[in-house]
Amino acid sequence: MSVLIPATLAQALSALDDAPSSMVLAGGTDAMVEINGGHRRPDSVIAVGRLAELRTWTHDVISATLRIGAAVTYAELEADQFRRWVPALSQAARTVGSPQIRHAATLGGNVATCSPAGDGLPALSALDAIVHLVSITGQRSVPFAEFMVGPKRTSLRPGELIEAITVPVFAGWQGYAKVGVRNAMVISNAGACLAVDDEGGVRLALGSVGPTIIRCSQAEAFAATVVDHGQRAVSEADAVEFGRVAASEARPIDDHRSTADYRRHAIAVLSRRLLRRAFPNG
Amino acid sequence: MREINLVINGSDVQATVADRLLLSDFIRDDQRLTGTHVGCEHGYCGSCTVLLDGASVRSCLTLAVQTDGHVIETVESLAVGADLHPIQEAFRSNHGLQCGFCTPGLLMTTLELARENRDCSRDEIRERLAGNLCRCTGYHQIVDAVQAVLRTGLSR
Ligand SMILES: Cc1cc2nc3c(=O)[nH]c(=O)nc-3n(C[C@H](O)[C@H](O)[C@H](O)COP(=O)(O)OP(=O)(O)OC[C@H]3O[C@@H](n4cnc5c(N)ncnc54)[C@H](O)[C@@H]3O)c2cc1C
Repeated sequence: MSVLIPATLAQALSALDDAPSSMVLAGGTDAMVEINGGHRRPDSVIAVGRLAELRTWTHDVISATLRIGAAVTYAELEADQFRRWVPALSQAARTVGSPQIRHAATLGGNVATCSPAGDGLPALSALDAIVHLVSITGQRSVPFAEFMVGPKRTSLRPGELIEAITVPVFAGWQGYAKVGVRNAMVISNAGACLAVDDEGGVRLALGSVGPTIIRCSQAEAFAATVVDHGQRAVSEADAVEFGRVAASEARPIDDHRSTADYRRHAIAVLSRRLLRRAFPNG
Repeated sequence: MREINLVINGSDVQATVADRLLLSDFIRDDQRLTGTHVGCEHGYCGSCTVLLDGASVRSCLTLAVQTDGHVIETVESLAVGADLHPIQEAFRSNHGLQCGFCTPGLLMTTLELARENRDCSRDEIRERLAGNLCRCTGYHQIVDAVQAVLRTGLSR
């Protein structure tokens, strides 16, 4: 196994073009586990975690968007400014692994792994994030919903890297909640992200309960008919119904970590709670 | 194989390493700093925690070649001869260890926290230590030890 540590993004892309089967390495918290476990034996590795081009972020006030470089870590996303700009993503960041994992783990790595349990992904789905991809031949941008095509399956092409992810900066409430067997260091058994967009729409995305992150169009449509934005209010009965509709949109399975029944139940509870947090009155 | 230059526990180190070598194995086998323990090699247990440029990381999920030009601190940086570091002294006097396997990782995680130089609630301490598993103590005395260090500070 040979490891290339390129100094620039251009070098990384040309190395990837020369050897498209190379394994890209960012924080290593997924990739090194696979290497240590013998599940992947790459001949060549390209380490992109320290590339300055991928380590930056830009907050564009005019367009109210935030472009986050792929190698920005979850430790960074936990911090103050991100908490203000993208509270749901920042909350999700805080639930990833432990401090040592978050110091290494990157948003781009989470997106590239694209596990339905990836904690950053429900926020990206709820926010309709754009994933920016780059290769030696050029750039393209795809909506997150088109990037994630299945469990750990993406529309990334050979020779491409994730360069950045763009999300809108909304003024409304947003939050992320997850259920797992511990408060830390766990893969979520069910997760939900709720965000109120600038048109007053309630958006809800679910993790760990389907082959991809699930956007709950029916629960979102139901919320539009029952929430009172001026009073920031929703009735408890309507919140319960919101949770029930969200659970009916989940497509969970039984596996070694949980059961479909429990996951559906957890989604109903988490969705109701998030809606009540967003609309605490009434 | 390639040459790397880094700082380990305050000393300049130059070494020639295989690309595939883990930082944990480099520290233990090449540098003979066997205080850093290797438990799971999956990033879960936290025994291999070291500081990389001051931030706690898993040395088992890091390649030695990735530390070229960087600064590593291991548990051996703490005691001066037989003179225990305040964190080690707090773990000793609060019975924050039994078998000791997890202790190096916990000490390094605590060092990172103590450098922030602020008091923390017990809940916050537990959150910060969540990535270091201990199968002996039940954690209670470890939290006591960390709380004691945060109150008295790092000066010897
Ligand atoms: C102990 C432990 C606990 C964990 N807990 C959680 C958790 O609570 N929640 C959670 O969501 N995840 C968790 N994870 C998984 C992991 O930390 C995250 O998925 C993390 O975000 C991966 O990022 P990374 O930078 O470490 O990726 P790496 O491991 O470096 O890479 C992961 C994959 O992404 C590819 N890749 C990385 N960067 C790019 C890029 N820029 N372009 C294209 N491909 C790229 C790599 O080739 C590889 O296939 C945990 C892992 C461990 C070891």
